[in-house]
Amino acid sequence: MTAKNIISVRDLNKSYGPVKALEAISFDVREGEIFGFIGPDGAGKTTLFRIITTLLLPDHGTVTALGLDCVKDFRELRNNIGYMPGRFSLYMDLTVEENLNFYATVFGTTVKENYDLIADIYSHIEPFKNRPAGKLSGGMKQKLALSCALIHKPALLVLDEPTTGVDAVSRAEFWEMLKKLKKYNITILVSTPYMDEAMQCDRVALIQGGRIMSVDQPERLSEGFTRKLFSVVASEKYKLITALREYPLTHSAYPFGESLHVTFRDDRYDDSLLDFLESKGVSGVTIEETLPGIEDRFLELMQKS
Amino acid sequence: MKRFLVFVKKEFLHIFRDVRTMIILFLIPGALILLFGFVVSNDLKNATVSFLDLSNDEMTQKLSDKICSSGFFQRGENLSSYQEIDPALRGNKIKAVIIFEKDFSRKLIGEGKATVNIITDGSEPNMATMATNYISAIIADFNSDLAGKGATATLLVQPEVRMFYNPSLKGQHMFVPGVITLIMILICALMTSITITREKEFGTMEALLVSPLKPVQIILGKIVPYFILSFVDVIIILLLSRYVFDLPVKGSIILLLAESMLYILMSLSLGILVSTVSKTMQQAIFISLVGMMLPTILLSGFIYPIENMPKIYGWISAILPPRYFIIIIKNVMIKGTGFLYVWKETLILLIFTIAAIGISMRKFNIRLQ
Repeated sequence: MTAKNIISVRDLNKSYGPVKALEAISFDVREGEIFGFIGPDGAGKTTLFRIITTLLLPDHGTVTALGLDCVKDFRELRNNIGYMPGRFSLYMDLTVEENLNFYATVFGTTVKENYDLIADIYSHIEPFKNRPAGKLSGGMKQKLALSCALIHKPALLVLDEPTTGVDAVSRAEFWEMLKKLKKYNITILVSTPYMDEAMQCDRVALIQGGRIMSVDQPERLSEGFTRKLFSVVASEKYKLITALREYPLTHSAYPFGESLHVTFRDDRYDDSLLDFLESKGVSGVTIEETLPGIEDRFLELMQKS
Repeated sequence: MKRFLVFVKKEFLHIFRDVRTMIILFLIPGALILLFGFVVSNDLKNATVSFLDLSNDEMTQKLSDKICSSGFFQRGENLSSYQEIDPALRGNKIKAVIIFEKDFSRKLIGEGKATVNIITDGSEPNMATMATNYISAIIADFNSDLAGKGATATLLVQPEVRMFYNPSLKGQHMFVPGVITLIMILICALMTSITITREKEFGTMEALLVSPLKPVQIILGKIVPYFILSFVDVIIILLLSRYVFDLPVKGSIILLLAESMLYILMSLSLGILVSTVSKTMQQAIFISLVGMMLPTILLSGFIYPIENMPKIYGWISAILPPRYFIIIIKNVMIKGTGFLYVWKETLILLIFTIAAIGISMRKFNIRLQ
């Protein structure tokens, strides 16, 4: 793929007083892709997005978006970015329709002009167009905020944790909508604290403590996980995890849903493990090999750093 | 331009949809005016007085009629002995008892001197002082009538009460300018500072910043609706004072409105200034109330005359714009003076306005902090 870079960040640093929010961040986002930032709260996602959307100034490093410098050319850049902040930036006392019209006019367009772009999303909330935005459900607020951010047909769409606080069904719908936007050649930068959403992106950056740990396609990210992974289940999960962590040959042990995801130093286990667990009072243990996911890779990277 | 207009429209919608804002905008000004006008009134109106007339002759009749026909007092029951005074005052209905001494007419004509006792209820000191002052004034008037007729050249009492600019002693004259000054600071400074910080707090400012809207458009978009509505308020207050309290504007109404516009603009720019330095609504409210409302009430000369303040407060009040507006509005409304008498104060207000707008434009962040 030789698509041009829409966003290009080099050696970006940003601190708030003594706290380093972002450290040596470098990455590129290609035209038309959905690029995801996955990381826990406080990883620096919002700060990074605010720098790209010209809301904050970097301490040093270069940031360009759409071929424009995010510091110097902020005025021009602001015409072409669609931004949906972490808190849905809607006017709660204005109706759905008024919110949309307001943002359309502010960005120098009309709802009519770009209706086809948002039709898919807006049609879900159009029946409630005379309702104040404050009275919408989380999922509907999210759709309205997305419509508002999209209405001026931006070349770059920046979504800061758009699915936080939204129910599972709405989340799934939301990702479907984002994928449909690809045909308009809109590049999407999105952040989320949910690992399972990583698979929806074309490429993903894992971010933690202000540093990017890895950037790759989501399928390939888990391939970076080179150890053999085992899923361990026992009736008493808490006892199991403490026992496993005490076992000298354990490399890592993390809870994963109902089971534990465990790696061993030599990528294998033998009967001595079962004996060890038995001696700790854990019984009824089943162990089977399993395929690593992004979350496993993330935890592995976190442990390394 | 379209962007700007849609922003202004949005602001109007915010105002009209928020009950609290509407109350502050339209109910409080009217309520304050009526409150100050009727409840906190410094006026005497139909206060009941009783007479203990020990001589009951032509002169005492004339004098008591004059007192009761003044409009300030009405006649209560007549007393017949000193013993009745105490219960009468305790009854709380009677504000003052006036006693004419025995042989009033005869003494007045014969000796050129007769005594009137005024007994008032000291537990209501304001009322008591006012009643005595008013009665003394009426008696003085009565004296001069007598003197004019040449019946006698002597004077009963000569109270030194003179009222400039407010000959009928109407209390409202004093507070209407003060209330306008106060309300404009309240609405303009407080409300604008709240609406901008609200956008910051709700995160909509983030979206506005990442839009082609310029800071000037955002600031002006916030100012325009409040400017219009505050101006409507000034007109409402002036109409109320004209038709409810019978207080016409003595000077040029155009000048008064123009000065009000300047003052509104100044208050609005102060509000914007507050909002650029505060991050939350609470901060904005605190700064507006403590930093502007209180000084306006206490130090602007609205309630306490600046001349009576300790020097240091006088100096502080010199940097408070409301002080100058009160001077202007009192001059134009009550004394009826023209622009020549208030140009200095106008100039000071203008300088304040330009400074506040200039600083806020500079301080308005085109980014987040």
